[in-house]
Amino acid sequence: MKRAFPILAVLTALLLVYAFYQALWVAPTDALQGDVYRIIYYHVPSAWTAFLLFFINFIASVQYLANARPSTARAARWIVIAIGIIGFVAPFIPQVKQQLPTGMYPSSVATTFLIITGLYFVIGKYFVDQDLDVLAVTMAEVGVVFCSIVLVTGPIWARPVWGIWWAPGDIRLTSTLVLWLIYVSYLVLRRFSDSAQTQKLAAVLAVFGALDVPLVYFSIWFFRTQHPQPVIGGGGSMDPRMLHVLLISWMAFLCFAFLVCWSRYRLEKLRREVEEAEALESLLEPAGLAGPSSAVKTPLSRGSK
Amino acid sequence: MRSFWSIALATLTKDIRLEWRSKDALNAMLFFSLLVVVIFVFSFDPLAEESRHIVGGLVWVAFLFAAVVALNQTWARELRNQVLDAYRVSPAPANALFLAKAIGNFILVSLLEALMAPLFVIFYNLRVLGPAWQLIPVALLGTWALVVNGTFFAAMSLRTRSRELMLPLLLFPVSIPAVISMVAATTSILTGDDPAHFYIVLLLTYDVVFTTACLALFETVLQAE
Amino acid sequence: MNSIKFLYAAYIATWLIHGLYIGSLVRRYGRLRQQMKDLGRGK
Repeated sequence: MKRAFPILAVLTALLLVYAFYQALWVAPTDALQGDVYRIIYYHVPSAWTAFLLFFINFIASVQYLANARPSTARAARWIVIAIGIIGFVAPFIPQVKQQLPTGMYPSSVATTFLIITGLYFVIGKYFVDQDLDVLAVTMAEVGVVFCSIVLVTGPIWARPVWGIWWAPGDIRLTSTLVLWLIYVSYLVLRRFSDSAQTQKLAAVLAVFGALDVPLVYFSIWFFRTQHPQPVIGGGGSMDPRMLHVLLISWMAFLCFAFLVCWSRYRLEKLRREVEEAEALESLLEPAGLAGPSSAVKTPLSRGSK
Repeated sequence: MRSFWSIALATLTKDIRLEWRSKDALNAMLFFSLLVVVIFVFSFDPLAEESRHIVGGLVWVAFLFAAVVALNQTWARELRNQVLDAYRVSPAPANALFLAKAIGNFILVSLLEALMAPLFVIFYNLRVLGPAWQLIPVALLGTWALVVNGTFFAAMSLRTRSRELMLPLLLFPVSIPAVISMVAATTSILTGDDPAHFYIVLLLTYDVVFTTACLALFETVLQAE
Repeated sequence: MNSIKFLYAAYIATWLIHGLYIGSLVRRYGRLRQQMKDLGRGK
């Protein structure tokens, strides 16, 4: 598995170069904005990636909390299945279909819910106990990096196009800001918390954050209907050629994000092993049992990976 | 069910009695609230035409700071006498303790607000142009929104370094939708421009969602060792 | 035409942030390697 990393890194780099070429030379120039609009090929994929990473953190946090006891673990699984089924069927019911915003197809909503359920079980299968927590912290950290890029490129784009750096009623950028704040506070909690239950506390905070996001969205949405603001990032439909380049760009950044997450994940696992080994050594030291000549093998003496 | 409420009530009355006996902390908090109002009055010109539009924001920011100061106090006492450990091993449901603390904080913060609000009215010559009675649900729901999450995050911060800093750090991001709603609702009512109904409903939703979340997850937080 | 500067700024900022993060990962790895070596030798 490890040997795949350099190969994937090279492939990802090539993909990123290809996306860069597409974004700057192949995509057509926007009629209204000129060439500046090409920022979206970095801004939007970073946003989608950040949201995906944060979402995986949420799922991992929920599972981590639910798996504390078998009864809650089972209950959580059934609830997720129920959400998946309801989410899959509901968009096709006429009354619900009418409620969907224009441009959102019932099939895509249905597929999204299926993916959510699938993701829950896939994550549950491949990440158990502590690994769930390692996954959570990885997703949070890399998510914050991508989210920061969204918040930096957004105003850089808004300034030449709208003449302003920031619009308080801009629902997407403001919601992203709150999401960023929540996850930065998550990382700070992890850094500042000494207790053995840091991981549980952080998972609880992730749940609170997830509950908060729709509320943020609605509060800004209503604020905006009362105080109309320019929509940074543009709305409405997109030239299919631009959409094509956007998707290529997203694929490239997803691969890149995957590699960064993989590295961070391995780093975290290594860090925990080292911590355990140090703790073990400090336990054994007073008795004079630790040391290269001792019979006791610390976990790391099997040789570095 | 009966023992849940009697435990909560007992804890609440104990806290109120303790707080009343050590009036120093309470007086200091009242004075702090007064100072915050005065600083705002000097920073944001009360005579400006648009003052009615920004007072909503000023009032709630002032309340927020006062609330954080109050919240930081209330758990510190529990830590000092290892009361928390006693709670952990007792069969009493954890949420009874949480509810008692939250209600106690609610009373304390409401007291601070009751002091600050008239001062704002006086300094800014406020006249309410919209339906004034709506300010009451906004105040109640808004205060509860800050207090319920504040109590929860204060408990979470107990075992962290820089405990007093941790509380606002965790509380502010999560409170943003509530703050938006409170401020927008208050401004709407003061200026009489738009109806505040949506924000009041949103505040109610926020309160229900997070009160449930806090009650459900407090056990996990309390057990954190 | 001035607005093209914003395009460059955005792209540079993006890779700067990514670069800083990956740099911090590399640094943390290095520190861990050092710690592992110290443990292996027995402090």
